[in-house]
Amino acid sequence: MKVCPEGLYVEPGGFYVDPLRPVERAVVTHGHSDHARPGHAHVLATAGTLAIMRQRLGEGAGAATQTLDYGEAIRIGDVTVRLVPAGHVLGSAQVVLEHEGTRVVVSGDYKRRFDRTCAPFEPVPCDVFITEATFGLPVFRHPPDLGEIDKLLHSLSIFPERSHVVGAYALGKCQRVISLLRAAGYDRPIYLHGALEPICKLYEGFGVPLGELRPATVAAKEELKGALVLAPPGAVADRWARRLTDPVVAMASGWMRVRQRARQRGVELPLVISDHADWDELTQTLDEVAAPEVWVTHGREEALVHHATQRGIRARALALVGFEEEEGA
Amino acid sequence: MKNFSSLIDGLVFMPARNGKIRLLADFFATTPDPDRGWALAALTESLVFHEAKPAAIRQLVAARVDPELFALSYDYVGDLAETVALIWPERPERANSLPPSLTEVVETLRAAKRGQVMGLVEGWLDTLDSSGRFALLKLITGSLRVGVSARLAKTALAEWGKVDLGDLEECWHGLTPPYADLFAWLEGKSDRPAAGKGAGFRPLMLSHPLEEEDMAGLDPADYAAEWKWDGIRVQLAARGGERRIYSRTGDDVSGAFPDIADHMTFDAVLDGELLVARDEGEIAPFNDLQQRLNRKTVTAAMLKEFPAWVRLYDILFDGEEDLRSLPFTERRARLERWHDAVRPRRMDLSPLVPFEGWEALKGLREGSRENSIEGLMLKRKDSVYVAGRPKGPWFKWKRGALTLDTVLMYAQRGHGKRSSYYSDFTFGVWRGEELVPVGKAYFGFTDAELVELDRWVRNRTTRRYGPVREVEPGLVLEVAFDSVHPSNRHKSGLAMRFPRVHRIRWDKPAADADRLETLQAMVVG
Repeated sequence: MKVCPEGLYVEPGGFYVDPLRPVERAVVTHGHSDHARPGHAHVLATAGTLAIMRQRLGEGAGAATQTLDYGEAIRIGDVTVRLVPAGHVLGSAQVVLEHEGTRVVVSGDYKRRFDRTCAPFEPVPCDVFITEATFGLPVFRHPPDLGEIDKLLHSLSIFPERSHVVGAYALGKCQRVISLLRAAGYDRPIYLHGALEPICKLYEGFGVPLGELRPATVAAKEELKGALVLAPPGAVADRWARRLTDPVVAMASGWMRVRQRARQRGVELPLVISDHADWDELTQTLDEVAAPEVWVTHGREEALVHHATQRGIRARALALVGFEEEEGA
Repeated sequence: MKNFSSLIDGLVFMPARNGKIRLLADFFATTPDPDRGWALAALTESLVFHEAKPAAIRQLVAARVDPELFALSYDYVGDLAETVALIWPERPERANSLPPSLTEVVETLRAAKRGQVMGLVEGWLDTLDSSGRFALLKLITGSLRVGVSARLAKTALAEWGKVDLGDLEECWHGLTPPYADLFAWLEGKSDRPAAGKGAGFRPLMLSHPLEEEDMAGLDPADYAAEWKWDGIRVQLAARGGERRIYSRTGDDVSGAFPDIADHMTFDAVLDGELLVARDEGEIAPFNDLQQRLNRKTVTAAMLKEFPAWVRLYDILFDGEEDLRSLPFTERRARLERWHDAVRPRRMDLSPLVPFEGWEALKGLREGSRENSIEGLMLKRKDSVYVAGRPKGPWFKWKRGALTLDTVLMYAQRGHGKRSSYYSDFTFGVWRGEELVPVGKAYFGFTDAELVELDRWVRNRTTRRYGPVREVEPGLVLEVAFDSVHPSNRHKSGLAMRFPRVHRIRWDKPAADADRLETLQAMVVG
């Protein structure tokens, strides 16, 4: 196992995990664009991830693709590979690698809290745990999701004439927010920016019910008054949003926990909803997988490395470049 | 505390001035006395209790959180109160104890001895949620910084109570927290409280920068000119035995300038420029004044080495008589008469500058390279003294800036709104083969340029020192500044006054930036 310019390379198997550049063989943890990049010759992933890659990348999803179900084992070179749910987005997986009695787990991106739109994270005890650390600082503690959804519904009740536009990442966050709204009893139509529609359809195809969704077109301007609208984070303050009347700008992201970050984005209603583990989930996971060695791939790795070291774990930061700090995280 | 912390949160996220006024008005309408009064006092910085020092707050949190994790978090978040509010470990028993009301917090703090404050704060932090912790910490460190000035708070009060803002300003100085009489008036339950008789702050009259295109429309005969002195604008208020020196924003800085306050043995309210002057009226560079600023008290050695002086611009009250509604020329005559009669020590008059037409005045302005002069002030001869910054009656006309091509050396993350951007830049010039830092600037660029600069810094970092990054010498910043003085603050031995980024020279190679000798030659006096 080593770090190359292309990404994380599993030498005895001759393949990469989430490579940044086109390679011969890739195992992909999930469909976000910084992990699922185009142009690999062979791609191994879950059915959900491959479907997302095909939708987003078309031909670029991989010359040859192979589905591996959660829990199923496959042999590549001298390595046994399994995919285990990561709880991040639909199809997201941890990669469990076994070679000569040593087990390495690559977490990909993950979270620990309940999410009806994807399979829940399963901790796998291992010798080396390679983890993300997007929210690897103890200031990041995501509050309960439904409390945040309540804030949104409360605002809708105070300002019934204003559209509420929620900035949400197209893959995962959008469907999660819709699913949470439905769980909280919101049964009116939810309006979508065009960029969000295909992934929502794909989720529904995988058996995730999202209720009635309508396109937020310019023609619907009247209908959009007082409605809930979801859009990619970049669009909520852009020209696209002119179709909305005096909108309340909300953003669903773990970054919203830090006031100044929310303020920078011009957000009036910050919603702390994240698809990444918060500090407590990261440290809980380190405890559960009980790996004597931890590598941190991307995020705020220093603090997590420090925490792990304090607990007697050999820890190091890989400082993998190329993983974006997406604003919708 | 709940209403108050929701208000603080709302204000933090509300960028629009009118939105802030609405939130404030709503808060005053729905929060009972005395909570709303204490909140108003907090917003207008009129609360007096033993403030908590940032160091004491760090100590509290150090007992609960690993110091390394705290340091990393603080570096990321960029604001002490917010970092502590977010990182404070919640205890499960929190649900069993009731969080305090704002009134309870304020009254307890006002009665507390200095040594008790942090113990109280620790107990409250354990019972509040993260919004409540944030509001509490902002409150006890003495500045809320939620983008609400005292004036904006008063504007919201006036709008909500449907009274005239000027009316409210006049009586404001006679009021004390928690302002029950004020709220009774605003709710129409009683008459306006009486205007204060003491040495309260009267809002200053401010000027607009003069643009070249403005001049065509102005008749030089309508204006009087005087030098704009390079110091700190102050108001001297000596009424009924009380003596106060206020900064432009109404902060009481009397304690730091006893060498002026001691001589305020008169009964008047004056407007002037605070300077440092050795001998009688020989003005020292701004750098000397800086030694005296931002201090609560002052040592005998400082008083001797950097003696303060006030150059008077205007007179607002002569005894009981309010002169603010007189035109400038009449006030000026009154000021001169008053000064002749009183002859206060450590003060003199700012002389008027006679001139014939704009061209001649322009020549005077460019000719003044004296350190203590920033430029010229133009005041309409018929202008009455009003609060704020009306456009037209007063203009400031700063002299042209100096510029220098420097090389970016270090960048530091900003605070507040810029906490995720590298926005504070240290730049240097060549001395032989090495770069020596000559100054720091954190404005002068657009938001779009900041994004570019931030990216450049991240991609060209060579070393990190905590929140500071050293970058490769590859970006030329054309820096504008008003003047340059000898200083021991920088390795170069020079310090700039008002440095700002004038242009980012993406095109210019670092080797072509200016040399230290060039800057040394710009030192005057």
